[in-house]
Amino acid sequence: MNKTLVILKHEFRQTFKSRSFIILTLALPLLAILGLGIYQGVHHWYHPAAPQEERIGYVDQTGMFNGYTIQPGVQFILYPGEQQAKDALLAKDIKEYFVIPSDYLSTGLITRYTTSREAAPSTKTTGQITDFLVSNLLGEEVSPQVLDRVKTPMLLASVRLNESGEIAPSQDVVTSYVVPIVFALLFMVSIFFASGFLFQSVTEEKENRVIEILLSSVSSRQLLVGKVLGLGTAGLIQVVVWLITVVIFAQVAKGIIPGLSGLSIPASLIGWGLLYFVLGYLLFAALYAGIGSIGATAREGQGWSTIFVLPAILPYYFSYFIISSPESAASRALTFFPLTSPITSMMRLASHALPAWEIALGLVILAGSIAFTMWLAAKIFRVFLLMYGKRPAFREIIRYVRES
Amino acid sequence: MTELVNEVRRNGKANAAMNVVEVSQINKSFKSIKVVDSVSFSIGQGEIFGMVGPNGAGKTTTIRMLMDIIKPDSGGIKILGEPINEAVKNRIGYLPEERGLYKKLTVSESLSYLAALKNVRRRLAAEREEELLKRVNMLPHKDKKIEELSHGMGQLIQFVATILHDPELVVFDEPFAALDPVNTQLLKELILELKSQGKSVILSTHMMNQVEELCDRILMINKGQAVLYGSLAEIKSRYKNNSVFVECDRLPEKLPGVVGSKDHQKFVELFLDGHTSPQELLSALVTSGVKVDRFEVSTPSLNEVFIQVVKESR
Repeated sequence: MNKTLVILKHEFRQTFKSRSFIILTLALPLLAILGLGIYQGVHHWYHPAAPQEERIGYVDQTGMFNGYTIQPGVQFILYPGEQQAKDALLAKDIKEYFVIPSDYLSTGLITRYTTSREAAPSTKTTGQITDFLVSNLLGEEVSPQVLDRVKTPMLLASVRLNESGEIAPSQDVVTSYVVPIVFALLFMVSIFFASGFLFQSVTEEKENRVIEILLSSVSSRQLLVGKVLGLGTAGLIQVVVWLITVVIFAQVAKGIIPGLSGLSIPASLIGWGLLYFVLGYLLFAALYAGIGSIGATAREGQGWSTIFVLPAILPYYFSYFIISSPESAASRALTFFPLTSPITSMMRLASHALPAWEIALGLVILAGSIAFTMWLAAKIFRVFLLMYGKRPAFREIIRYVRES
Repeated sequence: MTELVNEVRRNGKANAAMNVVEVSQINKSFKSIKVVDSVSFSIGQGEIFGMVGPNGAGKTTTIRMLMDIIKPDSGGIKILGEPINEAVKNRIGYLPEERGLYKKLTVSESLSYLAALKNVRRRLAAEREEELLKRVNMLPHKDKKIEELSHGMGQLIQFVATILHDPELVVFDEPFAALDPVNTQLLKELILELKSQGKSVILSTHMMNQVEELCDRILMINKGQAVLYGSLAEIKSRYKNNSVFVECDRLPEKLPGVVGSKDHQKFVELFLDGHTSPQELLSALVTSGVKVDRFEVSTPSLNEVFIQVVKESR
């Protein structure tokens, strides 16, 4: 059997068997099931009492407000004077009361009295009182339809058109914000997890001194390729499990959670997800393999790897910005910069804001960076795998790479 | 017979195809320091070949070049008749100086993986594994993780890993370092077993006494250069002091052919003049009525040879 394949299978099996891999892979499906279960449980067991009709008292000093006292969900009760209204409030006969002063028409001033502590009156209450006032002010003069429109002048629906004038896919809040962020998060975790495993495996072989035994059987290139592909396969399986989970969750959640009815995960997004995972993983795997081979111990390499992790998580921190202004120069730059490209591209694809030429350019830059990093990693790998002891200075690394 | 073969080989008349290892004029520099300086040697089948020299002499670098782990700057290396390639690597066993195993894998998993990397079919590997683990009394520990084993046990597993794929050439780099006496003895037995099976063995070490005990021929390296190369017996006779050790009741004042003496407390070393053979001295002693308890032609230890060679080369 091809030795690269032997290494690939070995690395894959070791990762696939490891507890952390299994836990992380199954965590998302379990969380999804748990989340849906809790929602269903709460939905099933908790029946909020039918909203009781509220009673709001008022004192009218203008004599204009005596109709429309039954509004949806509320009854307005007229009191002849403030004292009676106050007594009713203290007797808990009414929730609150307000006073319409005689100069109301000129000032618009209304004083509201309540016993509950609140920072500001609820929009519901404000709306109810407003509707009551508007109905009484206009009820005699306009038709009921006009009255309804005055109370609710518009129900807004926005539709985005693309360049050719067709209706662009839905702009549902969940789809445009939550989906990209969830994708970016899963992505980041899976890429770092897989390449982190690679890093660990390289440093471990160096630390254990297995490396020289391995190199007497295989070339450093075979070792590098076998490792990258083996751990990549494990990572890919993880991503597939997660993508399947997300799709199933979206389907189920859409049906049972009213707030998520607009949730949709287009099939193309899954395809892009797999492509960007593979590319993102290859880039970080090559970087980590190179760094892993430089330090004598895992701990030494760790410091170096942080340098590359920081830019990579940048898009996640700026996710709100990238999603809300996907066509800004900064979003574009993050799309083209190789370390941030996979995650940024996924976010923008998920929010339907990545033009074809940007996808193409991003992919070309990414592929070029992968090729270069792999080449560099193979060189560094060969030179430093057998070097134990002192960690080389940055300048030395460059010189060794040039010489080899 | 071996003497004759060695003689032929030394004269460079040996058929190249017979040699398991053929190294000609290899060089290697790191940071413009010459670590290996035009070293050549060859190793025949069924031979235990000692590579000796102090730490830092260039032994490990030479071996890594043999293993194709690093490339020589110049010079040629042929192993089992061909330049090193993947197929040849499968026929070599290597126990590096810097060695270890995966801590989290079991003994059996580690051995299977390393055997697979040598292209050994799984069933054959399992049979060999069983046989060799039994040989080193480690069969009961087969399913333990490496990290659960003692240091000495781990070393035994490394020996097994080195010869699991039944290699024709086995390279041991400082194998006795950090071995306890029991494992040292076991390893020596294994090395001699390999020889008796017709395998060739390279033994690289700075411990001269181990080399004297095991090796047929040696290459002595100092500061990257080959300073001595040939059969051990021949080298020793070349560097003998031309003296004898005598332990007796009294020594006559004057002995023919003796130019000096050195008192070693229990015995006396007598230096001969070059014309007189030890036999003539012995008969002279006997005829003069001396009661001889011990009479030994001195052979220098490899250590002494090494010191002498290094002194001469300065």
